[in-house]
Amino acid sequence: MEIINQMQLEFLSLPENEGFARVAVSAFAVQLNPTLDVLADLKTAVSEAVTNAIVHGYENEIGRVMVGAALRDDGVLEVSVTDTGKGIADIPRAMQPFFTTQPEKERSGMGFSVMQTFMDRVAVESAPGQGTTVRMEKRLREK
Amino acid sequence: MEHERKRDTVTARVTGELDHYSAQTVRRELDALIAEPGVKRLVLDLRDMTFMDSSGIGVILGRYRTMRERGGSVAVKNMNPQVERVFTLSGMRQVIQTL
Repeated sequence: MEIINQMQLEFLSLPENEGFARVAVSAFAVQLNPTLDVLADLKTAVSEAVTNAIVHGYENEIGRVMVGAALRDDGVLEVSVTDTGKGIADIPRAMQPFFTTQPEKERSGMGFSVMQTFMDRVAVESAPGQGTTVRMEKRLREK
Repeated sequence: MEHERKRDTVTARVTGELDHYSAQTVRRELDALIAEPGVKRLVLDLRDMTFMDSSGIGVILGRYRTMRERGGSVAVKNMNPQVERVFTLSGMRQVIQTL
């Protein structure tokens, strides 16, 4: 498999940028001519990952969020969302449906479940104090 | 937010994108509507909602809890396929009526 196109975004961890990030990744993916349903899945998963970076990675501080996307020649899009915030101590627990550290803010705890359902592959790399990277893959077109 | 009151039911039309960024505004507007005396039922008309992620689920569940505490209810109608997918995945169909 080879990378045929690639892009990288970097922006401040402001909620205003959630919409920008999901639309930008979706616009990048359009070149492989995916269905509207596939694009909707992609936008939703990116929105969840970026929101996690803003809400949990940086909490009330402003940091930088990096979003990368790469198109492979087998029709798969790779997406990564990285923050250098506080990190996740217990990744399996954080990925459980309905788990949230912020129930008082009406967080649903469904972010990772949405990512796992809407994407073909989700992997999380994180350590306390080291930030978090979420890597996801989605097939945009059949081989 | 456009809304309509009929007896004890208020129907609110939530438009655009409901994510973490817009959640606070939508939450505040819905809370103002259901705080009116005599409101027992909140219907969310989502025909003009173009996108929702799990932050929107938090908003709907929060209003559901408020209404349930006062013996009321919440219903949702006119979801687009993307919104419906997030709604269903989150198990909302078990607790929130869809019209």
